[in-house]
Amino acid sequence: MKELSSFRQSDLAQGLVNSINRHATKEARFMEFCGSHTVAIMKNGLRQLLPPTLTLTSGPGCPVCVTANEDLDKAIALAKIPGIIVASFGDMIRVPGSSSNLQEAKASGSDVRVVYSPLDALQIARTNPGKPVVFIAVGFETTAPTVAASVLQAKQEGLKNYYILSMHKICPPVIRALLDSGEVNLQGLICPGHVSAVTGAKAWDFIPRDYGISCVVAGFEPLDILQCIDMLSEQAAKGEAKLEIAYRRSVTYEGNLTAQKIMEQVFEPSLTSWRGMGDVPDSGLKLKPEFAAYDAELKFDFDPGPTRIQKGCICGEVLRGVKTPSQCRLFRKICTPLNPVGPCMVSSEGSCSAHYHYGENND
Amino acid sequence: MTDKILLAHGSGGTLSRDIVNNSLISVLGNSILNILDDSAVFTANGKIAFTTDSHVVQPIFFPGGDIGKLSVCGTINDLSVMGATPLYLSLALIIEEGFPTKDLDTIIDSVRKAADEAGVKIVTGDTKVVNRGNADKIFINTAGIGIIPEELSVSGHNAKPGNKVILSGTIGDHGIAVLSKREGIAFDTELESDCAPLNKLVADMMLVSSKINCMRDPTRGGLATTLNEIAEQSGVSIRIDEEKIPVRREVAAACEMLGFDPLYIANEGKLVAVVEAEDAEAILMQMKKNKYGHNAAIIGTIEEKYAGRVVMKTTLGTSRIVGMLVGEPLPRIC
Repeated sequence: MKELSSFRQSDLAQGLVNSINRHATKEARFMEFCGSHTVAIMKNGLRQLLPPTLTLTSGPGCPVCVTANEDLDKAIALAKIPGIIVASFGDMIRVPGSSSNLQEAKASGSDVRVVYSPLDALQIARTNPGKPVVFIAVGFETTAPTVAASVLQAKQEGLKNYYILSMHKICPPVIRALLDSGEVNLQGLICPGHVSAVTGAKAWDFIPRDYGISCVVAGFEPLDILQCIDMLSEQAAKGEAKLEIAYRRSVTYEGNLTAQKIMEQVFEPSLTSWRGMGDVPDSGLKLKPEFAAYDAELKFDFDPGPTRIQKGCICGEVLRGVKTPSQCRLFRKICTPLNPVGPCMVSSEGSCSAHYHYGENND
Repeated sequence: MTDKILLAHGSGGTLSRDIVNNSLISVLGNSILNILDDSAVFTANGKIAFTTDSHVVQPIFFPGGDIGKLSVCGTINDLSVMGATPLYLSLALIIEEGFPTKDLDTIIDSVRKAADEAGVKIVTGDTKVVNRGNADKIFINTAGIGIIPEELSVSGHNAKPGNKVILSGTIGDHGIAVLSKREGIAFDTELESDCAPLNKLVADMMLVSSKINCMRDPTRGGLATTLNEIAEQSGVSIRIDEEKIPVRREVAAACEMLGFDPLYIANEGKLVAVVEAEDAEAILMQMKKNKYGHNAAIIGTIEEKYAGRVVMKTTLGTSRIVGMLVGEPLPRIC
């Protein structure tokens, strides 16, 4: 179809590849923060088009993958409370926590429902007034505004049985934590397109300023990504580090002010734990005190039990960009999409899943 | 008849006879079925193909078809892609108490139309009614037999390096059409399911060539899963060209919106054929003359290297592995 194919034309791609080749004369490493970028890069075989001087590294931008086991355990423990309905995005129900997942809880009798939007969870609450409904709120700045809207809507309607378990995370603080760790040496960052549509490109101002690393916000079509890589390569060739947008059809510098406002109205930043990175200050979102009545963690008494990390799983290192999925000894052997050991193999945006499905020659 | 199906309709008593006579025999009747003994009795000569399939599609009515048409076409197609001429089908209904009788009549009428189009007979059947809540509206099982020419050997094990891969038309139409009417994610589209009996298309193909090594209908799991099965069974690799695979604009758009890949979406009126290269063009031309093969295309080649794998050349000129469908990305679709 035209609208899509116009972003996938091989002659335009070749033009961008030629330009990348001209610019990428020095070795450089770029990180795609976002899981959807990782999938688009793998699915379209974009690495095959790039010169050997350029290395692409995947980052922690998959909200399902970075959810820590202790948070998953909370969701599972909640689901086991008799009479409760847990509503979740589809990917989440298969992610293993310390010893189980939501899918297993469902098979054992818990009422776990897959929804496409928190507004669907709200509808479940309306039609089941006698039962508490908890939405497992996972996601970055892209999903947090709709969850905030669902809480405001519940309040307006006077719904007394709708709750959220907020495991939301926000991106800029974790990128700062990643760069502060010094574990990965980056020349450029492919900034997330959907997150930026909400936050605005301004969210990444600090990266060139404080770390001297180039930033380009990219869309998700192959040509978007190639254009972004070309812009990063050009900055690297010129010795520049600045913030640019290669996704102007969706992203502005200021972002979606309505979405930002609604998020700020309902949530406040909190310390939260990321898989692979541990606690990162101000990188989570919790409900503000005036919305405490919707906080499942405050409302229900449950014991998630002790946290356990899957033995041999290197999802944490993969998420930090320190290792690739093929460096994991479980990859493809024990850990597969049917029998996932870690979350990066479960989520459709996970690095391990992308490498499993689209990698050539077992990579 | 009552306007709703009651538990007693499945009891074996007079109400059962009522449903059999009024809803089934009067519509589907033929000289074998009308005998109403405990088994259908007929003579069939030659090598016999025998298959069965249960249908639990939700919703039961969807653009381009319903569970009745689907359950007939599904079994006819399973027989056809083995090179068999389908002859006789069984039809077993499991109905939820309270199911509207007029919906049953609509479904049985679809069964008749599909069977008539394909030239097959429903020769035996069964009706059970279960308590409300113990089934989702109606489930249908069909089994079927067909005759395969003695000398013919069509099998997933027969793909050989150098063979060409032909696809009979656009992919993903059925899965997306069904999905577009599902509660919770319904969206507007003109798209219709491709649900159709393919026995006449296969007969046309066999008229012009005896060098069809393998055929499959890419239903659940889509084209990608079917090609992987062939690659695995035959111990070969399949190289396909993304540009050559026909995908309707509506399907591409819906997949983009929902995060699906058309390669993994179900079809109910498409087939993949692996044929000797020298006959590929002639078979393709013949397929294009059939209404169910208008958009047929040669989409790839069988190769030796990377046995068991399906590799796709993307529109950008890069290549990637196309794996099997893993897990359950979609709701019930067939």
